[in-house]
Amino acid sequence: MTPPTAETGRDGAKSRSGRTGGVVGRPPWVLVLPAVAGAAFLVLPLAGLLVRAPWSTMAVRLAEPQVLQALRLSLVTATLATFICLLLGVPLAWLLARAVFPGRRLLRALITVPLVLPPVVGGVALLLVLGRRGLVGQWLDAAFGVTLPFTTAGVVVAEAFVAMPFLVISVEGALRAADTRLEEAAATLGASRWTVFRRVTLPLVAPGIMAGAVLCWARALGEFGATITFAGNFPGQTQTMPLAVYLALETDPEAAIVLSLVLLTVSVVILASLRDKWTSTS
Amino acid sequence: MKPIRRTGGRPGSPRDEWAATPMTLRARLVVTRPRFRLDVDLTVVPGQVVALLGPNGAGKTTALRALAGLTALDDGHITLDGRPLHTLAAEHRPIGMVFQDYLLFPHLSALDNVAFGPRCHGAQKAEARRTAAAWLRRVGLAEHASAKPRQLSGGQAQRVALARALAAAPRLLLLDEPLAALDAHTRLEIRSRLRRHLADFDGATVLVTHDPLDAMVLADLLVVIENGSVVQRGTPAEVARRPRTDYVARLVGLNLYRGAATGPHVTVGELRLSIAEPLDGPAFVAFAPSAVALYRTRPDGTPRNLWQATIEGMERHGDNVRVHLEGPIAASADVTPAAVADLDLTPGQRIWASVKATETHAYPA
Repeated sequence: MTPPTAETGRDGAKSRSGRTGGVVGRPPWVLVLPAVAGAAFLVLPLAGLLVRAPWSTMAVRLAEPQVLQALRLSLVTATLATFICLLLGVPLAWLLARAVFPGRRLLRALITVPLVLPPVVGGVALLLVLGRRGLVGQWLDAAFGVTLPFTTAGVVVAEAFVAMPFLVISVEGALRAADTRLEEAAATLGASRWTVFRRVTLPLVAPGIMAGAVLCWARALGEFGATITFAGNFPGQTQTMPLAVYLALETDPEAAIVLSLVLLTVSVVILASLRDKWTSTS
Repeated sequence: MKPIRRTGGRPGSPRDEWAATPMTLRARLVVTRPRFRLDVDLTVVPGQVVALLGPNGAGKTTALRALAGLTALDDGHITLDGRPLHTLAAEHRPIGMVFQDYLLFPHLSALDNVAFGPRCHGAQKAEARRTAAAWLRRVGLAEHASAKPRQLSGGQAQRVALARALAAAPRLLLLDEPLAALDAHTRLEIRSRLRRHLADFDGATVLVTHDPLDAMVLADLLVVIENGSVVQRGTPAEVARRPRTDYVARLVGLNLYRGAATGPHVTVGELRLSIAEPLDGPAFVAFAPSAVALYRTRPDGTPRNLWQATIEGMERHGDNVRVHLEGPIAASADVTPAAVADLDLTPGQRIWASVKATETHAYPA
């Protein structure tokens, strides 16, 4: 259900724009022109995709096994990466938002590094640590016989590495905005710290977690640089949609357009279906 | 009415080791902050309601939070029947707390809010809900069980908050300004409801309020706190009759002076007041604004306690007019609007004021 605050906010905006003669909602031309240009800049390339799409052969191309294979791999790895991010990122966000410990600011700064780091660099860094000769990788190999690079698991690792900061930052923001006195109230009722987290904190920040998970999933779905560096480009194993698009552009541009359209559709559908439910509440 | 008790319980939870018997609270609460120090001692016997009364910033809420375990003690102790409470985390103390703005969990229904405490003590979901439903019935909200907190009115939310605190089967009930967020009309109704529920509760209750009426109606004992220290304690009647600070005097609506008593007189500054009960040594003299009579000219027959004053200001006070007087002593006088017209009272005017010795109340300081 939409909370009443969002409802009134929307109504308020509507009545404001409907009023004539007010100062608000009458932007100067200096702002309107660049705004229109900006919107066109963002929307036109997407329209270009639609215009140049080979609609006549679309059905055949979509049914090609490579397309379905890449799409499936992308959806599965992005979803797995999101789960890993939730599992590790939500507790991390809680620690950053609630716990007091030395070096917390430094930790937060370090966590946001993958956000601004070129993904290729992230991929190289992952190779150095988790590669067969890497700091942790050689130990993983020796102890468990596990090798991550150039495997589907490697794709998940690369996507999670790049996408997790989105989740952490979103959830930390939600945790900071949540009323901690509700947690105190729960404690006075006899709730252990874990019960407080599970039954009070989590439900309170659920919209923030959901918004973060959507961002995280979208980022993982589009991941390219770290994936191709760390996991390579093996069809059926590590070749996700963005990789397939890039490869197809060299050999078969029309296939690239079809694949791009599929990615665009998936992203838009997911965002649209979740937007009303979760992301607009924050 | 018999209090509802949880039947199930997870053995080993420290909170469940507390027997469901009435217990006496003894506490000395010391909390030190930069430029503020709270140092208050309290004893509350089972079934007793003690109100911490004081101006904003006096440290009342800090004291309550210290009892709940939400604010750490810097010194002192809290015991229930001799067992230390201050060494336990908030979730292990057998307490129930009603917060000023209730802090109901917004994502849970009224029923699940009340069932939260029993659930935390290991009751099964169905059983916890039965307990919660019984408590909602007791506070008269059975039909609102499925309502979310935002669908409840202020008075209903307050009752859910009380039910939630009591459903946790506390031995110590803590109420932080339980009526402050209510409008005047609801407040009246909720105050009498709360009074009944507090009478039914057999544990110790500590209530924080800045409203003297709430304190007088709800509490058996008042503890007045100013600047982190107890300045007066006693039954509501005692405190109302014998205020010991200007703050308390203002609260209970009395003129209060400190002076030196020598038999039938108390000297306050330059003024010598006759009193009804002879006394010696440092003393307080209190009298009600309604006991002060005003005259345009020096009255004949000369009542004993007579002084000349200047009218500093006047304001409406109930059906009367409260006149603030400057002079040898600062005093308030309540007169009827008719008297204001008859005497043609205006601010700045010089006037004679008197109070009968029998209307004063003197007691040792």
